[in-house]
Amino acid sequence: MNFTLKVWRQQNAKAKGHFETYKVSNISPDTSFLEMLDILNDQLIREGNDPVAVNKGCKNSGPIAFDHDCREGICGMCSLYINGHPHGPDSEITTCQLHMRKFKDGDTITIEPWRSAGFPIIKDLVVNRGAFDKILQAGGFISVNAGSAQDANAIPIPKQKADESMDAAACVGCGACVATCKNGSAMLFVAARVSSLALLPQGRPEAARRAKAMVAKMDELGFGACTNTQACQSECPKGITVSHIARLNREFLCAKLKD
Amino acid sequence: MEDKLISKVPEGPLAEKWTKHKAAIRVVSPANKRKLDIIVIGTGLGGASAAATLGELGYNVKIFCISDSPRRAHSIAAQGGINAAKNYQNDNDSVYRLFYDTIKGGDYRSREANVYRLAEVSNLIIDQCVAQGVPFARDYGGLLDNRSFGGAQVSRTFYARGQTGQQLLLGAYASLNRQIAKGTVKSYPRHEMLELVVINGEARGIITRNLVTGEIERFGAHAVVLASGGYGNTYFLSTNAMNSNGSAAWHCYKKGAYFANPCFAQIHPTCIPVHGDQQSKLTLMSESLRNDGRIWVPKKMEDVKKLRAKQIKGSQIPEEDRDYYLERRYPAFGNLVPRDVASRAAKERCDAGYGVNETGLAVFLDFSSAIQRLGKDVITARYGNLFQMYEKITGVNPYEEPMMIYPAIHYTMGGIWVDYNLQTTIPGLYAIGEANFSDHGGNRLGASALMQGLADGYFILPYTIGDYLSHKIQEPKVNTDTPEFAEAEKAVKERINYFLNNKGTQPVDYYHKKLGHIMWEKVGMARDKKGLEEAIKEIHELRAQYMKDVYVPGTNEEFNPELEKALRVADFFEIGELMARDALNRNESCGGHFRVEMQTQDGETLRDDEHYQYVSAWEYAGEGKEPIFHKEDLVFEFVKPSTRNYKD
Repeated sequence: MNFTLKVWRQQNAKAKGHFETYKVSNISPDTSFLEMLDILNDQLIREGNDPVAVNKGCKNSGPIAFDHDCREGICGMCSLYINGHPHGPDSEITTCQLHMRKFKDGDTITIEPWRSAGFPIIKDLVVNRGAFDKILQAGGFISVNAGSAQDANAIPIPKQKADESMDAAACVGCGACVATCKNGSAMLFVAARVSSLALLPQGRPEAARRAKAMVAKMDELGFGACTNTQACQSECPKGITVSHIARLNREFLCAKLKD
Repeated sequence: MEDKLISKVPEGPLAEKWTKHKAAIRVVSPANKRKLDIIVIGTGLGGASAAATLGELGYNVKIFCISDSPRRAHSIAAQGGINAAKNYQNDNDSVYRLFYDTIKGGDYRSREANVYRLAEVSNLIIDQCVAQGVPFARDYGGLLDNRSFGGAQVSRTFYARGQTGQQLLLGAYASLNRQIAKGTVKSYPRHEMLELVVINGEARGIITRNLVTGEIERFGAHAVVLASGGYGNTYFLSTNAMNSNGSAAWHCYKKGAYFANPCFAQIHPTCIPVHGDQQSKLTLMSESLRNDGRIWVPKKMEDVKKLRAKQIKGSQIPEEDRDYYLERRYPAFGNLVPRDVASRAAKERCDAGYGVNETGLAVFLDFSSAIQRLGKDVITARYGNLFQMYEKITGVNPYEEPMMIYPAIHYTMGGIWVDYNLQTTIPGLYAIGEANFSDHGGNRLGASALMQGLADGYFILPYTIGDYLSHKIQEPKVNTDTPEFAEAEKAVKERINYFLNNKGTQPVDYYHKKLGHIMWEKVGMARDKKGLEEAIKEIHELRAQYMKDVYVPGTNEEFNPELEKALRVADFFEIGELMARDALNRNESCGGHFRVEMQTQDGETLRDDEHYQYVSAWEYAGEGKEPIFHKEDLVFEFVKPSTRNYKD
């Protein structure tokens, strides 16, 4: 298969970015999207090192920087806004699980980084998602020191609650929800953590404090407000639903009422 | 026994060793903990749990990871579960049984006392994780559910759907975040440790590169904890994450830490096969699939040719023309033989030319008879998410066509040598989790990696490191303005400049793939003397060529993944060579290490307890010199090594 790629290039956070167009050919439909970028990068590295091409004045911005790690859809490292969709056109997968057979031969594919005030660009397609760590540091935990826990079966938890908590806990922290939201809101991310812990008895003692602290931190770090467009839900690679945002709102409101 | 290789296993009955040891070792008072600095390298289950716990205790901790957040560490990808001896199922499980299964599963190449302690603290881990809000699977009564796993005869595996590693890591990461918020832990994401600093024979700091800006920085501490994972990516293709690497451990080795049992690498039989030259990594699928799937290749070569030419599909080959080779060779266990046996048998068929995909490196895993027998609904309930994942990756519907699988590297049992206190041969340097060698011997059992990482981090290291640090309470903060730091920093800068100024022609991956090919062919599932000797020579030569010919674009002062890879691959070459050397030395077959010369008539592994009942530990002897071999004899006081039997 052959493709034309329009890729966002930006040297660093301060530099001005632009699109560059590349061609890749003879790509197997079984190739993953990131492997296709590996092939392109191999091409770019070789071209950049070709003295003949360089002497002729060929410009080359070097290989394209993009984040990736586990390549099996669980670490949350990969990102990429592909043809206007975070993680590309397929549903409930991360970019690393996207394969070229989902495209048509000869397609032009546009690849951009996550774009959000909360995620400054580091280089090309790589952004800084450190804000997510900061939000979780504000309260996304249960305060228990190692060694102080009681027996694991001491408190029964209804299966349905545990399952629902797990649904929310499946969040990989990739940031697709923020990238797709027209307000750049991190509500689905915050809600996933707040909801997962709020559903469990272990999480109740700090529930009110947690909801307030995490929402305050999210606002402080420049993420936008939620206006219920539900774009986050439709783009979440782990199928996390906005019902968790409803639970976050409930937790937050109850906490505020008690103040 | 060598001077440096004293295991420090305490005397006394097995079940009392850890308790007695804890009572005997020293502790540090809260006022003094505040004055002591600890560096932790890596944020997987081991590193995150250790850093969080040390922070809770009141030490000053700095934690480093190469990814953009501690949560990305590759522990996150573990699927199946975590073992513990809770005996919630009342099936007569116990600490002793978990200990016994683990030491036997490791083919009697690990220390009794370490493995017993692992089993002993396993229950505390489950308590801790539940208290952190880890949403383990539960039964309708609200209590924790268990499943059986990896050949154990009891149900002791706790799980959170197919994402147990993720949930446990998010628990440890949450505890870490709590300490970061409190200020006891400072986190350095996108920082790579490139050198260990040793002063007067003790670990006193590290040199890092900031992966965004390229800045080279010095960090000092009273102790350094290595939790940087394994070295499976030496093979290029593995189930490890792309950025997983052995460099942090390797540079500790080069500073004097012994490297133990490097040849012990585990090969997992049920991975999605390689589809072509451009493949970047392999995806593991839970081995539970072998409970209902039947493994086969065609009997006739003409069918193989048609399959490769895509003229026919696997489902069209009639029953009588299929070779269910595991059922044929191992009638008693059939498709449920241990991981290493299933892997080697697949390789044997593919080497004979019967591989079923374009590359010839795949066998079928077929659910058609299970679907006929049980119905599609039952199969969906059991394996639905795995079937969906398979279809997303391959584009083939496994309800209609047999899956294709092939073995892949996914874990390394070997690692930095540690004593009972998890201290390396460099005082002040500790190694935990997959980075050390201690608990899994020649083969790791399923659902034990998560257990070990968290046992080390939450419940073992925080005690044992106190014993060492109790002698350091008078020592001021480490001054990083010393010749040792300057020298280590200079070495880092020289390595970086070497690659950036190299006028080579080929990208890093070109050579990494070549290395991976040698490793897989000659230091892979079946190893022999001739192949290993060739491998040592070939890897050595290829490394020289790599150093001359690799081309690294860009500069140091930018986000430069090619530079990161170039530094790591240089180390992978050396790790690969040491693995081959160790495999050559160990002329026995045990666990994941199969020497062709040492097999029974039926092709099973043949251990040689008389000559090889030891841990090999390699000492770095300097650039261009052969490493020095040491051994720690393994003493079995409480269990009697026997032959693993799965025939009847």
